[in-house]
Amino acid sequence: MSGFMGHEPNGIPGWPKTVKEWVFTVDHKVIGVWYLIGAVASFLVAGAAATLMRIELGSVGPNITEDGNVYNLWLTMHGAVMILGFQIPALLGFFANWAVPIMVGAKDMAFPRVNAMSVWLLWSGILIALANLVIPDSFNGMWTGYPPYSTTDMAGNTALYSFVVIVLGMSSVFGAVNLACTVAFMRAKGMGWFQMNMTVWCVFTANIIQLIFVPVLAASVLLLSLDRYLGFGFYNPEVGGDVLLYQNLFWFYSHPAVYVILLPFMGVIFEIFAASARNMIFNYKMTVWAVISFIPISADVWVHHAYVAGLPNWLRMLMTFTTLLISLPFGLLMLSLTGTLYRGAIRYTGPMYWALCAFFMLVIGALTGIPNALTAVDYGISDSYVIMSHFHYVMAVSGGMAIFAGVFFWFPKLTGRICHEGMTKLSAILWFVGMNIVMGPLYFAGIEGMPRRYMDYQMFADNATITSAQYWSTIGVYVTAAGVILMLVAWFHGMFAGKKVGGNPWGAESLEFTATAVVPGQGNFPTPVIVDENWHPYNYTENNPKPRFEPHPGTSAAH
Amino acid sequence: MKLKTLFNKATAALLAVPFLPALAHAFQMPEARRADYNGMTPHAHWDTVWHETMLDITIIGVVFSLITIWFMIKYKRKGHGERGKLPKLSGQAKIGWVVLPCMLFLGDDLYLFALGWDLHNQYREPPANAYEVKVTANQFSWTYEYPNGVETYGELKVPVGKPVVLRMLSEDVLHSHYMNRYRVTEDVMPGRVTYQWFMPDQLGESVVTCREYCGSGHSNMYGTVTAMPQSDWDSWMASEVASISPDGGTATDVAAATDQPSAERILGGKS
Repeated sequence: MSGFMGHEPNGIPGWPKTVKEWVFTVDHKVIGVWYLIGAVASFLVAGAAATLMRIELGSVGPNITEDGNVYNLWLTMHGAVMILGFQIPALLGFFANWAVPIMVGAKDMAFPRVNAMSVWLLWSGILIALANLVIPDSFNGMWTGYPPYSTTDMAGNTALYSFVVIVLGMSSVFGAVNLACTVAFMRAKGMGWFQMNMTVWCVFTANIIQLIFVPVLAASVLLLSLDRYLGFGFYNPEVGGDVLLYQNLFWFYSHPAVYVILLPFMGVIFEIFAASARNMIFNYKMTVWAVISFIPISADVWVHHAYVAGLPNWLRMLMTFTTLLISLPFGLLMLSLTGTLYRGAIRYTGPMYWALCAFFMLVIGALTGIPNALTAVDYGISDSYVIMSHFHYVMAVSGGMAIFAGVFFWFPKLTGRICHEGMTKLSAILWFVGMNIVMGPLYFAGIEGMPRRYMDYQMFADNATITSAQYWSTIGVYVTAAGVILMLVAWFHGMFAGKKVGGNPWGAESLEFTATAVVPGQGNFPTPVIVDENWHPYNYTENNPKPRFEPHPGTSAAH
Repeated sequence: MKLKTLFNKATAALLAVPFLPALAHAFQMPEARRADYNGMTPHAHWDTVWHETMLDITIIGVVFSLITIWFMIKYKRKGHGERGKLPKLSGQAKIGWVVLPCMLFLGDDLYLFALGWDLHNQYREPPANAYEVKVTANQFSWTYEYPNGVETYGELKVPVGKPVVLRMLSEDVLHSHYMNRYRVTEDVMPGRVTYQWFMPDQLGESVVTCREYCGSGHSNMYGTVTAMPQSDWDSWMASEVASISPDGGTATDVAAATDQPSAERILGGKS
């Protein structure tokens, strides 16, 4: 078989040696690392914005700034960069790129050059987004960019917002097509659909969701700029538009986007749970169907972001029901995670600490979502710290911890070395404790009525619950920051001074651990890999047939 | 053979399980609390639904977490090379482990949905006798216009014991009118009139905030809602009317503002 588009795998393990090779690479693993670098950089910038906001909110009255525009800029950057620059690139960029092709036994993505274009589109998007911090008319309309505010001069540069969203959206769509094709057509010989890793299924499903919904988001933000600069008026009631049109279009994408983040990070937790418990995924096939069922359900719930937005009452009740229905497939995934531990042989490694923390944060995050799903309950807590605490538990804390769990888990395959176990575990504990101190008290502040996106709360100055929650939450940020710094130290230490390990330190059964070099090179496998029909990436409980390789074309065994 | 048929029928009957709690709730539901809500205000009703929901999710969370923690402790690896021993599920067990948990989740969902629907109806159907105030939002303040043309800024004053419905419109960007004590939020926007209603059942002042991001002064867009005794409110309104019309307020203005059913009639049995 000839290489695709002149990209002939040479099969030599290790990373490219020159800067030129790194930059002009079409190797999915190098591209994955580029995604990871972009994601971690975004995480640090957005995390710094979060820290500034928390210090500002630590006590009543101005602490760092009195200027609402400055605070709103931090807030906008925090939301937009965390979601578009950190979570989605880490999950659908790094894990999807680095891990998925190897997991399915492909030598690269289906379209390696398109893949390179995706990553550089992402980097351009991130750089343009960061420019927002220095330009004079920086956009401060929040990551949601609701009109009519975002179509006024007060919001700053709406064009930049639209442009960044569209550039990142293009990156996502190219990536999604690429990955869907890779999974559908480039699986190893003998690998059936139900012999794929959970991460593969989750990333595949998330990418299908991206393919369906991203165009809607691109359209909605494009109309925003057309309104603002060319006077179209899609969202302007004075000329026959409707401000709610935007909210419908925006959340039609942006709720499914939650599952674009949730599913892959749950996939990573599945991976680590199964490898650490040395157990089959509980009810694997049905869990896969639960993952797939997120596609239709996620399309039907967007109104729960707009329960109080003035939409018809019947629509609110309908969407309450569809929103509650999400608990079915989600509950099955959680059950499957716990079931995977049942009668396992659990080994508490560093990544397992991170994954378990992510799992328990997800329990809290998921359950606190239920009150928000009920329209009538939402009338009391809409846009308060309750919802803020809920989605930070799901996306920021659980999602973030699962992402870093994955980084620690695949670290030996990236560097050939393993991170210091004590540092890995301690940073997980610092994160877990720190983020609970940040987000836990804020839930109770929300019940007391604290609205989100406020830079000050003098109206609640005599409410002891709110003021002490804000105080403790700020302290929690310092604990989390210590966890982040320790995590970075663990990575750099691991990269240069970590213990050298073989290719499979966790004793996992999936292809990236069993069929490649310690640090896989271009082309991943020396010759195309073949798996047995009884082979399964989670077949820990009995003897898993070893993956085989096609004989090298030059040898006599070739037929 | 016969036993298997019976088993299948029993499994099929389990499909009805989720509907039982919802039905039970429907039959227990008190009389419609809409027009005169038999003494239960929307915010008191909200509190009960909130507490039931919280209890519900706490129980689920604690039970689920305890099971997981038990597994984590019990199934710790004993020795090197030990493998997991997850039993292979039969076809029926695979389906069962989907259907039964789903029925359980669906049952809980429907129960909460029924609770929420009831409350939702109360929130979205303002009593016919509600006192109507027009709210205009702009960056960054609230304007309350009473039926007689009196306007206040940032503070809504209402007589205690009378339902109040707010008809809201924004002059510039999105806002959201949230009354902390009355547990009600509704967005305010240009181009559409939205509404919310509440029942001021206790004297005193409480906080109003904006809950939809509206720009640099978003955090300063707060105010108060004050529930006053009817007599105080009447004299306050009279003085407001006097201050806007140079020749002093007329009795008809005050009457127009207060031409509402008395508190006793609205509250029904509750004193």
